[in-house]
Parts: sequence; structure tokens; C-alpha cells
Amino acid sequence: MPTEMTQRQRMWSAFIRNRTALVGGLLALTIILIAIFAPWISPFDPLEQDPYFRLMGSNSKHWLGTDDFGRDVFSRIIWGSRVSLLIGVISVSLGMIVGTAMGMVAGYFRGKVESIIMRGVDILMCFPDLILAIAVTAALGSNLFNLIITIGIVMTPRFARLAHGSLLSLKESEYVLAAQAIGAKAPRIIVRHIFPNIFGELLVAGALWVGVAIRLEANLAFIGLGVQPPTPTWGNMIREGVDVLINAPGISVYSGLSILITILSFNLLGDGIRDMIDPRLRGE
Amino acid sequence: MFNYTVRRVLQSIPILFVVLTLVFIVVRILPGDPAVAALGDYASKEAVNALREKMGLNAPLWLQYLRFIADLLRGDLGVSTITGYPVSSQIVRVLPYTLELTFSAIVLGYIFGVPLGISAAVRRNSFVDYFNRIFSLIGLSVPAFYLGILLILIFSIKFPIFPVVGGGDLSNLSDNLKHLFLPALSLALIMTAYITRMTRSSILDILREDYVRTARSKGVADRIVLYKHVLRNALIPIVALGGLYAVVLIGSSVMVEIVFSRPGLGKLMVGAIKQRDYTTLQSVMVLYTVIVVIINLLTDLIYKLIDPRIKYD
Repeated sequence: MPTEMTQRQRMWSAFIRNRTALVGGLLALTIILIAIFAPWISPFDPLEQDPYFRLMGSNSKHWLGTDDFGRDVFSRIIWGSRVSLLIGVISVSLGMIVGTAMGMVAGYFRGKVESIIMRGVDILMCFPDLILAIAVTAALGSNLFNLIITIGIVMTPRFARLAHGSLLSLKESEYVLAAQAIGAKAPRIIVRHIFPNIFGELLVAGALWVGVAIRLEANLAFIGLGVQPPTPTWGNMIREGVDVLINAPGISVYSGLSILITILSFNLLGDGIRDMIDPRLRGE
Repeated sequence: MFNYTVRRVLQSIPILFVVLTLVFIVVRILPGDPAVAALGDYASKEAVNALREKMGLNAPLWLQYLRFIADLLRGDLGVSTITGYPVSSQIVRVLPYTLELTFSAIVLGYIFGVPLGISAAVRRNSFVDYFNRIFSLIGLSVPAFYLGILLILIFSIKFPIFPVVGGGDLSNLSDNLKHLFLPALSLALIMTAYITRMTRSSILDILREDYVRTARSKGVADRIVLYKHVLRNALIPIVALGGLYAVVLIGSSVMVEIVFSRPGLGKLMVGAIKQRDYTTLQSVMVLYTVIVVIINLLTDLIYKLIDPRIKYD
């Protein structure tokens, strides 16, 4: 396979040249690194309370001030990235694996299998994301694991629909017919011939939907259904900050800004990759 | 068209039925006893049991399910386990607030979004386009409740122009609009971002079509090509996807209602979860899903109506 490396190199150079993807990718990478190295970067323990310095504004010791318990807002924001990213990335991966498998099986075998799977998807899609997430979290209880499952459940039908649609459009393509003609079995055709061709599309959707998942987690946390305090999460911080909005607006504003930038980075990344792999836009 | 409408309506019925069943199941697996929630933790066992009997919770699940469906078919949404008032009257009281909020956001979203999207697509890669892309990406990224908080900070705290909380008096137009402005703006900005982006990309798609090139090569003026050939075709996805965004908006409206302490379906639902008011929760979820099923149905019908090329078999 002599073209393997050049193909990869071509994608890489396209990535570097695509400013949207590059900026988004670098931003996302930075946030991921911040989350991983949180214990070493954050100047204070995010749970350490200092009752003498409650609700301080920005100062040289506490860069973004302190909250109602005298905890360092900057450190809490750094630690908060962990929950957002963990939930965002893992729940979307979960939804991608389960949903893609469902969609591809449905699209390849058609008939009864397809109608059962895709009707199920239709039904799940009848619930607005947030309503479904609120109901499921309320039923399961809010902890990190359950939130990942909940948001994974919300993401699954989206991926199923995407994979199903892409597979249907590829199923009649010549190379799939050719593979069938030489006697390739269904699993081989799905895995070796169809999947690589829809993977790019899934990846774009995955990047964009990590943003959706992170926002969903923040919404749940703001309602009080997120990971429970005192764990620092951005959604929790915004909620706590709202109670002291007049005296210390920074708590809500900075935590919200962190959410915004994180989601924005994944959206830029997804958008950029889409431009890269969309053949209609290539060479323009 | 008539046949199609009938078939499509008939198709929605089983979906609606399964969705209702799902709501029933989800509400049954919620932790906690609604009777205990209503009476408080210190209620006697006998009192709790009596209330459970009265609520029908001691009946077997299948009987509860049949009653649930039968009540819904009769339009009876039950009585709130916490307040003792009929759920339907609570919903009727708050529904106008949710409707005015989402409706104004959709309308404003189209009013701003379509022209912005057109201007971006026509002047592709220009400054206008660049600005639009940044604006719409930020709009797609920002959580609605955070936008609401920022608007409160600016327009209610820094410059106290608009009230922060409540829904206003529905019978007093100016008071109502004052309370509506900031919540509607939060949602409308997000809606504008979605619509701008979609309008831009669907116009760019059409601009690549052969018939546009043909029209241009015939010497048709740019403006006429834009209005007669491009816009008319681009409108199809713009209108059709509106339904999809309306569903997204329903989710965001929950958050906005909470931030602004506005009466509405979302606030009712979240309140019901916190108080373990299961009848109310169940009914609000039913209402939400019925709304979504209807929106999906209407979207399909409008799609069919504006694009006669589409054939369904």
C-alpha cells in the first residue's frame, strides 16, 4: 500500500492549512491538557475553603477571585474542565459506538431489523435532548457514571440515524457491489468497505456533538442534576455564582466562558474537518 | 397531498403511543414514593398507604398503565400530587408563557438569520462572511442559560432597563413584553445563529447548481438569479429545518425559563422533578413529546407542500 502514507500526509497538511480546524484543534488540545494536568497547574486546592476571603474579586493571589466559601475560582475552573471533557468525550464515544453499529446493521440488512431499530431511533428522537436527559438523570440519579450513560443514550439515536443514512447512500455504490460480486460477506463489507468511507462523517459529527454533550451536562448541572457538589464543575459553578451575581459576577461569567470556549473549540474542529473532507469544497 | 397527509398522520399514532408508554415507564422508575413526597417524611405508614391507594399506586402496573392511557384519551391529565390542583389547569396557566417565548424566538431568528445568511453566502469569504461565521459559531456554542445570565448582568444589573424575574402580567401588554424581551433575546440570538448558518450553506449549495450557471450564462441579472432561482430553492431546507430547530429551541426554553424564573412548561417540569410531583412531571413530558411529534408531522407536510418533487412511497 504505497499510497497509505501519502494519504495520511495529505490529510495532515490539509489540516494544518485549514485554519478553522487548526485553531479548534489546538484549543481543544490545550483544554484537554489543562484537564489532565489540573493537579499541577491549579494554584490552589479547588475544595480548600478560606472563610476570611469570601467573594473576593480578582487579585494577585486569587486571579479570578474566590467564591461564597472562599474557594479559588481559577483553580475550580481548571478542575471543572475534567468533568466536562470526561462526560463530553466518553458519552459521545459511547453513543458513536452503539449508534453506528445500530445504524449500520439496520441499513445493511433492511427489512424487519431495520424497521425495528429505526423506529426505536425515531421514538427516542421524539424527546427533546434536554427533556430526555432530565428524565433519565432523575431516574438514575446524578453521578459521573450515570451522567455519561444518560448523555450517551441521548447521543445514540443521532449516530444511528447518521450511520444509517450514509450507509444507504453507499450501499449501491460500485465498489460495494463489486465486493458483493466477488463473494465478500456482510460483516466484511460493512467493516472493510463501508465503514472507512463514513468514518470521516462520523468523526465530524462526533466533534460537533462533543460540544452538544458538554452543553447538555452544563444544563443538567445548572438545574442541579449534574455531578453533585462539592466537585467543581462549570455548570455547578455558574449555578452557585447566580446566587451572588450582583456581588461577584465573575464566578458565573468566567465558568460560563470556559464552557463557551470549550464547546467553540470542538465546533471549530468539526467544522474545519468537514470543510477538509467535503469533496465539493476541496480545491476551492 | 390529501392521501399523504392522512397516511402521515396515521403513521404518527403508533409512534405517539410508544412514546407515551416510555414516559409512563420512566416516571415509574423514578426513585422515591410520590405518596411520601406529598405527605412528608414523617407521615404515618397508614396515611401513606391510604394516599397510595387513592392515587392508584397500589394497583398492578398494567392497570395503572391502562388508566394512564384512558385518562389521556379523555384529556384528563390528573391531579398534582403536591398541590392537589388539576395538572391541566397548571399547564393552561403557564403554556402561553412558553409559547410566546419560543414563538418570538423563532420569528426573530428567521427575521435576522435569513438576511444575514444571504449576505454571507453572496459575499463568500468576504469580511461579512467571516464575521457571520464567527457569530454563528459562537451562537451554536453558547449555552442558552449562560447567554441569559450575561443579558441579565448587562440589561438588568449594570443598566437596570429590564426586569430580571417573572413572566409579567399577560393581560398587560407592555409589562408582558418587558418581561419577555431578555428571555426571548437569549433564545433568538441562538436561533439566529442556527438559521444564518443553514441559510448560508443551503444558498451556497444552490449556487453550485447547473441551472444557476445556465441562468447566468443567459445573461439574467445577478439580483434576479438570486431571488428567482437561488432563494426559492434554498428556502426548502430553510423552512424544513425550522421544525428541527424548533425542537432544539424547546429544550433551550427550559433553561431560559429557569434562569429568568419565568413561568412555563420547563419550569413546571423541573419543579415537578424536585418536588417528586409525578403526575405533573408525567403530563408535562407527555405534552412536550406530543408537541415534538406534531412539529415533525407539520415539518414533513410543509416539506411536501413546498417541494412538489418529493415523492414518498
